[in-house]
Amino acid sequence: MPSFREIQEELPNVLETNMTPRLELRHICKRYPGVIANDDVSLSIMPGEIHAVLGENGAGKSTLMKIIYGAIRADEGEMVFDGNPIASHGPSVSRALGIEMVYQHFALFESVSVVENIALSVSGKFDLTALANRVRDVSKKYGLPIDPHRFVYNLSVGERQRVEIVRCLMQKPKLLILDEPTSVLTPQAVIKLFETLRQLAAEGCSILYISHKLDEVQVLCDSATVLRNGLITGTAKPKQSTPIELARMMVGADLPETHLDPSTTSDTPFLNVNHLTAPSDNPFGISLNDVLLSVFGGEVVGIAGVSGNGQAELISFLSGEVLFKGADTITLGGKDVGQLDAGYRREQGLAFVPEERLGRGAVPPHHLSDNAMLTGHRLGMVKNWMIQRGKANDFAAQIIRKFNVKTTGYESAANSLSGGNLQKFIVGREIELGPKVLIISQPTWGVDVGAAAFIRQALIDLSRTGAAVLIISEELDELFEVCDRLYVICQGQLSKSLDRKNTNVEEVGLLMTGLNNNSNSDNSKAF
Amino acid sequence: MRFQIDRRAEPSSFMRFAAPVYATFSTLVVSSIMFALLGHNPADTLFAFFITPLMTINGISEWLLKASPLILIGCGLAIGFRANVWNIGAEGQLVIGAVCASGVGLFYPAPESALLLPLMVIAGMAGGMVWAAIPAFLRARMNTNEILVTLMMTYIATLLLSLLVHGPWRDPDGYNYPQTALLPDAAMFELFDPMYRLNTSILITVVAVFAMWFFTERSFFGYKMSVGGAAPLAARYAGFKQSGSIWMGLLISGGLAGIAGMAEAAGPLGQLSAQISPGYGFAAIIVAFIGRLHAVGIVLGGLLLSLLYLGGESVQLSLGLPSALTSIFQGMLLFFLLASDFLIFYRFTPSPKPTKGGVT
Repeated sequence: MPSFREIQEELPNVLETNMTPRLELRHICKRYPGVIANDDVSLSIMPGEIHAVLGENGAGKSTLMKIIYGAIRADEGEMVFDGNPIASHGPSVSRALGIEMVYQHFALFESVSVVENIALSVSGKFDLTALANRVRDVSKKYGLPIDPHRFVYNLSVGERQRVEIVRCLMQKPKLLILDEPTSVLTPQAVIKLFETLRQLAAEGCSILYISHKLDEVQVLCDSATVLRNGLITGTAKPKQSTPIELARMMVGADLPETHLDPSTTSDTPFLNVNHLTAPSDNPFGISLNDVLLSVFGGEVVGIAGVSGNGQAELISFLSGEVLFKGADTITLGGKDVGQLDAGYRREQGLAFVPEERLGRGAVPPHHLSDNAMLTGHRLGMVKNWMIQRGKANDFAAQIIRKFNVKTTGYESAANSLSGGNLQKFIVGREIELGPKVLIISQPTWGVDVGAAAFIRQALIDLSRTGAAVLIISEELDELFEVCDRLYVICQGQLSKSLDRKNTNVEEVGLLMTGLNNNSNSDNSKAF
Repeated sequence: MRFQIDRRAEPSSFMRFAAPVYATFSTLVVSSIMFALLGHNPADTLFAFFITPLMTINGISEWLLKASPLILIGCGLAIGFRANVWNIGAEGQLVIGAVCASGVGLFYPAPESALLLPLMVIAGMAGGMVWAAIPAFLRARMNTNEILVTLMMTYIATLLLSLLVHGPWRDPDGYNYPQTALLPDAAMFELFDPMYRLNTSILITVVAVFAMWFFTERSFFGYKMSVGGAAPLAARYAGFKQSGSIWMGLLISGGLAGIAGMAEAAGPLGQLSAQISPGYGFAAIIVAFIGRLHAVGIVLGGLLLSLLYLGGESVQLSLGLPSALTSIFQGMLLFFLLASDFLIFYRFTPSPKPTKGGVT
């Protein structure tokens, strides 16, 4: 295909050429009850262009991509592909046209092999051996090493994403959509992914890259469309823009900063985990292997790692939602608590914010006053087995006021709040308990930038009053922003403690792949 | 035109309370059609069904008499249902309560004692609780399904009752009817008026309604149970033990069902017979749901279901319609209630036209 070569040479000016765009969106609108997900969105992508769609969580990026793929229908507007309007859209139409999409959450069957998964989406004769060879060819060509006969449940998240990408590439796509592809990858894997994407673009495939990470978009993308609240707030050439300009378009304000003051730590750890080994009781779970962890009063400690490497299991043991048979393996303020349930550990000064807000951190249909009582009942809200409703209301009102929770009042139901506001409420509730140890998982998932900075600052401030704070997060930037010390978890194993001042993203990234300094062979397998 | 089901953005709180009214109204509409098809004037039939029974003092007395066990059992069940503890076997607990209480009433050595009636209340409650404790233990310790166990325990209970009244406890002077001798006078609840059957056991129900309201709305244990019902993971997160809810839900509902059974034997029946209950234990499930698991609602639901029993008898006598009508009304009411409930949270919208390529 010689024409693609020419495009490749003209890439920097690709938007100014008079060629037919690969895809053009004209005035796309999509409304859901109570919210406009996309409001008059227009954009166009040239062949071979890598186009970013930037925006915060909830800006309408994913909805737009699903409209392009045909998974949902727009209420208004039209789509033109290679100059031809798409009349009636749907996933099968997309695939006939050559539009492929890699979802944020993968759709793979865990109990069968890679090639069997791919066979499901390949039309034609069913021949696994031939297909396996094609999978090998494609994966080799694009630098995505993958063994077609491995079972999916054995694969790491990064490897699963490769399977998804290879599955798309088998169809020789003209337009590839990737939805937040790097949220599950280590820094090193991100670099490899970008090489693959550039190679694809050079062959003429257009790429729509959805992200909220500015640095990645600046490195990878030729052009960017920025969405906020469903509206386009700007277009840019990321390589020629500053992060501040992009952030302002995305957030509508300047990015707030957090302050990390030095602090003095306690003499003995408030939370200590001593050689915790726990085999997983289900085949898709992660076994924990000899975990050593201690958090001292007055410091913020982070656990980095790609999700699904044992974080969920470790947190359940720490919070007391799952008991551990060795009582002295987990100690809280010097007390053995392995055998004591979540209620007892909270009596000892533990507070905890889980990553699931609705249904775990809060009861969805209950109003905020009841939800404040969920863990706050210890603060004198129960007298002679009776609820002191006034005290619960006051406590809820106090959280709402101090943590700027946007709501109509303590009588609104938890599930009527946006994700970010509910997170502020739960974090606020746990901090207001005055804990000695706070464990918080994914503190800023789905939270807008302003609220995220507020939550991070609140965590730092809590630790500076003498509490021990443990943060489990996938966002390395976040951990480097707020933590005094870091651990990295990979395949159920926790690394040694790293001082933030003496480490860097590369070292942490290597540990996330399970490689440490003495065994850095077999680079390809790890992520 | 094809339709699809969408979740509503904001379920209306007004509709949550209007749904039982809608369900009742729909039941009336459909039953009118049914009466018309059976060749009866719907207006007259509905009048005979719902109004005639309440036009006499005796009718009111019967209405309250039948509502009392329904409300009493419904209160107990609702406490469990709020915590996702599904006691479907209140009928069995009622039977065992009646058996235990009658046993005390028949064989207590001092039949004139003023202690007899209180002892029977305790025996009835204990019987119901023991019968409910078996599924509670199995669920809390071995994670069995309490829906199945409580239901199966009901059959064991009715067979046990049948064994007793056909065998060892049968009244020797009872012409071989499957029933025991009459209970002594001291074993019977006082009547408000000797002309009518309504007795003082309804006061137990009144107390139970207030206690249930207090427990669910004001007590910390009631709060913990509602958390466990609405979000089990949140209960575990907060450190509320699930086994506590299971025991509490089943023991309270079992105990109240046992008292209801005792009050039947020590009230309108005056003895233990093979047909101790016209299905109060099952009808109370409907009462609890119509009442939105809320004390006030359960009172209204109990009155409605009781009226259905009376209405069924009334049209059987006056119009010769089959008494199965009562069951049909109960079924329709529950069906329409569940349907209205569904539509509070979901709605039908026309689906988009299918694409040419079809859906993959």
